[in-house]
Amino acid sequence: MKNRILKDRIAGKLMLSVTVFSVLLVFLMVLGLYLRSKPILSIKPLSELILTSSWHPLKGEFGFLPFIMGTLWVTGVAIAIAIPLSLLTSIYLAEYAHKNIREVIRPLIDVLAGIPSVVYGIWGILVIVPLIKNYIAPLFNRFSTGYSILAGGIVLAIMVFPIIIHVSVEIFNTVPHEIKEASLSLGATKWQTVKHVIVRKAMPGIIAAMVLGLSRAFGETMAVLMVVGNVAKVPSSVLDPAYPLPALIANNYGEMLSIPLYDSALLLASLVLLLMVLFFNIISQIILIRVERTIQ
Amino acid sequence: MDKRKIEENIFKALMGISTSVILFCLLLIIVTIVVKGLPAMNLAMITQTPKGGYYLGKEGGILNAIVGSLELAGGATFLALLISLPVVLYLNVYAKKKAKIATLTRFSFDVLWGIPSIVYGAFGFTIMLFLGLRTSLLGGIIAVAIFILPIMSRAMDEVIKMIPTELFDASYSLGATKLETAFKVIVKQALPGILTAVLIAFGRGIGDAASVIFTAGFSDSIPYSLFRPAATLPLAIFFQLGTPFPEVRERAYASALILTVIILIISMVSRLVTKKFTRHIIK
Repeated sequence: MKNRILKDRIAGKLMLSVTVFSVLLVFLMVLGLYLRSKPILSIKPLSELILTSSWHPLKGEFGFLPFIMGTLWVTGVAIAIAIPLSLLTSIYLAEYAHKNIREVIRPLIDVLAGIPSVVYGIWGILVIVPLIKNYIAPLFNRFSTGYSILAGGIVLAIMVFPIIIHVSVEIFNTVPHEIKEASLSLGATKWQTVKHVIVRKAMPGIIAAMVLGLSRAFGETMAVLMVVGNVAKVPSSVLDPAYPLPALIANNYGEMLSIPLYDSALLLASLVLLLMVLFFNIISQIILIRVERTIQ
Repeated sequence: MDKRKIEENIFKALMGISTSVILFCLLLIIVTIVVKGLPAMNLAMITQTPKGGYYLGKEGGILNAIVGSLELAGGATFLALLISLPVVLYLNVYAKKKAKIATLTRFSFDVLWGIPSIVYGAFGFTIMLFLGLRTSLLGGIIAVAIFILPIMSRAMDEVIKMIPTELFDASYSLGATKLETAFKVIVKQALPGILTAVLIAFGRGIGDAASVIFTAGFSDSIPYSLFRPAATLPLAIFFQLGTPFPEVRERAYASALILTVIILIISMVSRLVTKKFTRHIIK
């Protein structure tokens, strides 16, 4: 008898310590990357690293500006495409679509969320890059190889569709039936109800869903790397190539141990990426938790 | 009145268009991969390792990457399960419903879930430097395990959270300890959900390239040791695509098809598992 209770106690403590360890993982990641990027931070101030744009690892010049701008451009384009399309789709799926249609589309979207990013990248090379080179760039009288911010943005937008749709449909479903009915019974049309009642009520949740999509777009590596061109220059239009931070990290892992400070610079780049994503994520999680509380 | 109808119709049309655009793009991806991948597909692709000059267009296949990916994702899933099962059981059996540690853990898993895989790769690399490991199967397993840990735990937590309190109470009233309740009642009851979570995590692990690029390295032979570099499918696709030879690039499409098929099989199996094991559940 004692034996069983003893076992129970020990197991409880063990499980607690595993739990505490997993909570500490986030801090361990920040700490680990910080310690590794210290060598470069002790030579150059962070502001100089982030705000200069000359990238010559052999000369010891590490300016992250082109990469940070590249990330911002690609993410911006992706979000500009993804938000309106996925919002309209989730409203359709949650409020308008017939139950049968919904039951076909939602699992399909979830399956597509599982497709690896390399596959999205190949698709980008085969479909989007030629499309931009042959049709979109000539429209603006510009020459482009097709490997551009626009290509990266489109591929990314398609990758974040499933995430944004999945979360926002769930948010729309939490809006209570009674207030929809109240609005409809006052003579509002369905769209007016959606616009004035449902979207307003679901707003914090929708914002959280978008931020989640945004942070996903921010860190996506392989698919973007394959279509974005990887030129280390601050871009000036969506048809320019760019070189986002994740692509920089992934592309140079081979050389990084042979050039002094290079590894430290790349791990600093991952630290910067991590901190940016953490910032977005914590905000969106706090919003989501608030939404859950007000519903309960 | 008319104006409202017009607005309603305009937005209905917009919704129809955006839903079709999204579905069209997503279906187009599958179709493109199948159409481009099938012609380059042959038996050698999945039964042979790369022979000399494979990346110049000579014979061989990508068996090394298929086996490497399965070993790596399998190892990582096992490691992640060893951590996430105790955590999820602790949260749902031992911790009180509104305990601070439960809220904090769920919050930190949600935050971890959003961290890009390349950062996990970089973090895995710092762990490897710390442990003195070189790029190896083990390094890849560690990085991918940390990467899929939040995905697996969240999915399991959702299922176990749904188990009614009566079931716990029934077990306790028979004199069972929390540990006995956790493993003999709760795990059994949540088994389909746990298996689905494991499969989802496995699928994510097998498809990710960015977390293994630093950690697992690449090799042309089938990995037989934890301390040797291992090839993975996503990286094999990436490298084959990077060559200037059309034949090799076609093989990249075929490899992408193989990877996609593996992912689709996993997602189908997880649906079947949910159906099949639900009959052992007390409703």
